[in-house]
Amino acid sequence: MPSPDRFFFEHYGLTEHSLASYLSEALSEGGDYADIYFEHTTTSSLLLDESLVKSAHEGVAAGCGVRVIAGEQTGYAYTDDLSPERVLKSAKTAARIASGPARVSTVGLSTVASPHDFYPMVAASRDPEFRLKLELVLRADPAARAYAPQISQVRVTYGDQSRHILLAGSDGKIMTDFQPLVRLSVYTIAESDGRKGTGASGGGGRVGLDYFVGQHGPEHFAREAARQAMIQLEAKEAPAGEMEVVLGPGWPGILLHEAVGHGLEADFNRKGISAFSGRQGESVASELCTVVDDGTLPGRRGSLNMDDEGEPTQKNILIEKGVLQGYLQDRLNAHWLRATRTGNGRRESYEHIPMPRMTNTYMLPGKDDPEEILRSVRHGLYATHFGGGQVDITSGKFVFSASEAYLIEDGRITAPVRGATLIGDGPSVLQRVTAVGHDLELDPGIGTCGKNGQSVPVGVGIPTVKISRLTVGGTIPRKMQNFM
Amino acid sequence: MANTSLKQIAQRLVEDALQQGATGAEAIGRAGEEFSVGVRLGTVERLKEAASKSLGLRVFLGTRSASAFTSDLAPESLAKLLVRALEMARATSEDPASGLPEAALLGQYPGELALYSDDLSQLRTEQRIELARRAEAAAFQSDPRITNSEGSSFEASAGIKVYVNSHGFAGAYQSSYCTLSVVPVAQPNGGSAKAMERDYWYSVSRSMAALESPEAIGRKAAERVLRRLGARKVASCKVPVIFDPETAGALLGNIFEAVRGDMIYRRASFLAGKLGKKVAASHITILDDGVRPGGLGSRPFDDEGIPSSVTPVIAEGLLQNYLLNCYTARKLGLRTTGNAARGLAGAPSVGPKNFYLQAGPYPPEQIIGSVKEGLYLTELIGFGVNVVTGDYSRGAAGIWVENGELTYPVAEVTIAGNLAEILHGISMVGSDLEFRGAIASPTILVEGLTVAGT
Repeated sequence: MPSPDRFFFEHYGLTEHSLASYLSEALSEGGDYADIYFEHTTTSSLLLDESLVKSAHEGVAAGCGVRVIAGEQTGYAYTDDLSPERVLKSAKTAARIASGPARVSTVGLSTVASPHDFYPMVAASRDPEFRLKLELVLRADPAARAYAPQISQVRVTYGDQSRHILLAGSDGKIMTDFQPLVRLSVYTIAESDGRKGTGASGGGGRVGLDYFVGQHGPEHFAREAARQAMIQLEAKEAPAGEMEVVLGPGWPGILLHEAVGHGLEADFNRKGISAFSGRQGESVASELCTVVDDGTLPGRRGSLNMDDEGEPTQKNILIEKGVLQGYLQDRLNAHWLRATRTGNGRRESYEHIPMPRMTNTYMLPGKDDPEEILRSVRHGLYATHFGGGQVDITSGKFVFSASEAYLIEDGRITAPVRGATLIGDGPSVLQRVTAVGHDLELDPGIGTCGKNGQSVPVGVGIPTVKISRLTVGGTIPRKMQNFM
Repeated sequence: MANTSLKQIAQRLVEDALQQGATGAEAIGRAGEEFSVGVRLGTVERLKEAASKSLGLRVFLGTRSASAFTSDLAPESLAKLLVRALEMARATSEDPASGLPEAALLGQYPGELALYSDDLSQLRTEQRIELARRAEAAAFQSDPRITNSEGSSFEASAGIKVYVNSHGFAGAYQSSYCTLSVVPVAQPNGGSAKAMERDYWYSVSRSMAALESPEAIGRKAAERVLRRLGARKVASCKVPVIFDPETAGALLGNIFEAVRGDMIYRRASFLAGKLGKKVAASHITILDDGVRPGGLGSRPFDDEGIPSSVTPVIAEGLLQNYLLNCYTARKLGLRTTGNAARGLAGAPSVGPKNFYLQAGPYPPEQIIGSVKEGLYLTELIGFGVNVVTGDYSRGAAGIWVENGELTYPVAEVTIAGNLAEILHGISMVGSDLEFRGAIASPTILVEGLTVAGT
């Protein structure tokens, strides 16, 4: 069990007493619950382009947000001035959501340690660490260029974040966490005879810089980005229309994030506007599919010791053998849905109101051999890397865009094809999963999810799966292709 | 607002940087207030209010540079910021193209831009709530098939931006912004919840006076969601696609990415090496206008102190200008177009002013009327655009067109093609240009895209 973080007490002179006074101000007009969220985040970033370190940057952002919940209503105010007067003013502003007699806040506040300890304490940015980060971006560049002479452009970005948070609630609890996050990404362009191909690869997580020693070295991501760009040079136009689709392991787990993850966030379901609303206990996937959202994987990008409402994260089963089990909850929505909190109440920063968000979303492995799955396809698409995705949670329609994909013809992988968007219907796509491999992989740790203007780091994962029918958004309609 | 003090803090920081050995420095400051209210089913769901400020610094040591930002403007904190920026700058690479703009290029657009209106700050909380409530109510009143809502929101902000550099520039301007939006959910009469659809509409402006009425926004949102009910897939085919102004604006956003100077010098755009060449149909003119009064992309100077102006990007099909900041201009041997944009983090990037496709002669009805069979596009989702290769493939929804008439709604399809071909394939441009953001387009008709469905 980690020792509670005294950061805000030491650096900003907070005391249990001052926190209690802010909370009682927040409840001065009534309301059911109030909390105050202090955040201090340092960020650093580096950009290498044309083999030069062109940009080095550091930033510090600190502030606090006060929230008052009254029924289904939320009042929120934040300030980046942490003086007691400004914090009190924010509490008073947030309090205006309620209109009733003052509520007596809990008499005593006490610090509660999180049961989890999933990531290392990392030193704040200082010169020695800065040199190590520089070395990472500098090493990636020659490794990408050495992969093939056609690699004409290499861009490398490094970014990290060290975030201290403290949450004090009118339920009497003070909770703290320190959350590191690092990410290294390599982008390449290959050029040959006027054709171009692009590649992107990267990795990271809630880890220290030692993560990039060994198999996750910058050279690894550089070569992977270069490999993708070279493959794109050879790619032909993608097919258009419905076909069998095999997703490779790892990144393609973005399917789950878009097709079912967002639709299972409790806010949309409380409001009855999700394509999954009211479908708990129903079959929404083939029985080969068990999908979880798991914030407890040590060091993963989407993991947290506790969510941004102080609830310890857990491994939540969303779909078990095809049957919808439950939703991703935060405090407000769990209360109104009479469900228990699941540790998914997250926010981008102190400027934002928490809402239900995913952590690491993945499908448990099945029994099929990935090679066999590919051999079973007569005409289809094999997609192994994806860019972004998006979903309309009400109609359930979702997309995810393949950046590396191949045609499968008579059970064999043949030509690579250009990037194409795949589109499907969330509540039905997983019902068409006809094979699940034993090769579960998680993504390398660079995913970010956007919802209602808030971005949070997340993870995805999936084993090789076969989907019997999905629309592939290429440029060659099937009737115009040579019959395949 | 503490207008002068933020500028003074920025000026002092730049002076301190020079004293501590920087050969050049610039500071950018922002301070503002924001307010938002969310209403759902007639009840206030959330009220949010805040004030914030922050300062970013970039220092140069010859041709090396680094930057830092902080939300804490206390003197000790700014001193630390400066030390770290200088330390980092020593470790970055010599880059001959880096540096502040030449003093002769600096300046401010002298005309009135109408970026700030005080009618927003005069609104009381109850009035703001009422705006959101009226927009949602108007959507519900439009039709009984509007059965639910994701909510309606009104947001307003006002702030000041300051830019100071060691070549003698010190400028500040105030701006304000407000937006009213609503997201109704509809389901067919007697239909199941599985057939639900949602859509949105919004208005955005720099003043209350220019905001559309809540009732108009609510009715338009209702109209947009109702026309989606009963959507189906179509068979994959190559057909003309009509982009409505919203989806055409998204396409213009992709074109903007392709003319950004950083994409050009890195040869990361399909338009690299095409300056002066024919890249679009002859009736296509795209402008980037920094001085449209009240424009959401208007400003007196960019984030490097370059005065705003109008930059022709594509004129009658010919590529006239890339959009540049000082760095990308030096890399390309061209002159900056005043498109420097920075967040508080890092070096300036390239951002749009008011980037738009000039209106054409055709009312949208006439464009629809000209299509024998095709797709009228009303929604694009996903990220399937590769500006390097021009490959374009996005999730889509819209209405099928037969014999010049809108027929049934279409969903769960994609449209795909290549941006280079799309620019040449725009065969009609609508007369309905409206600015709802920094990037805008009228309705357009594009030939030869692939619609993938069944």
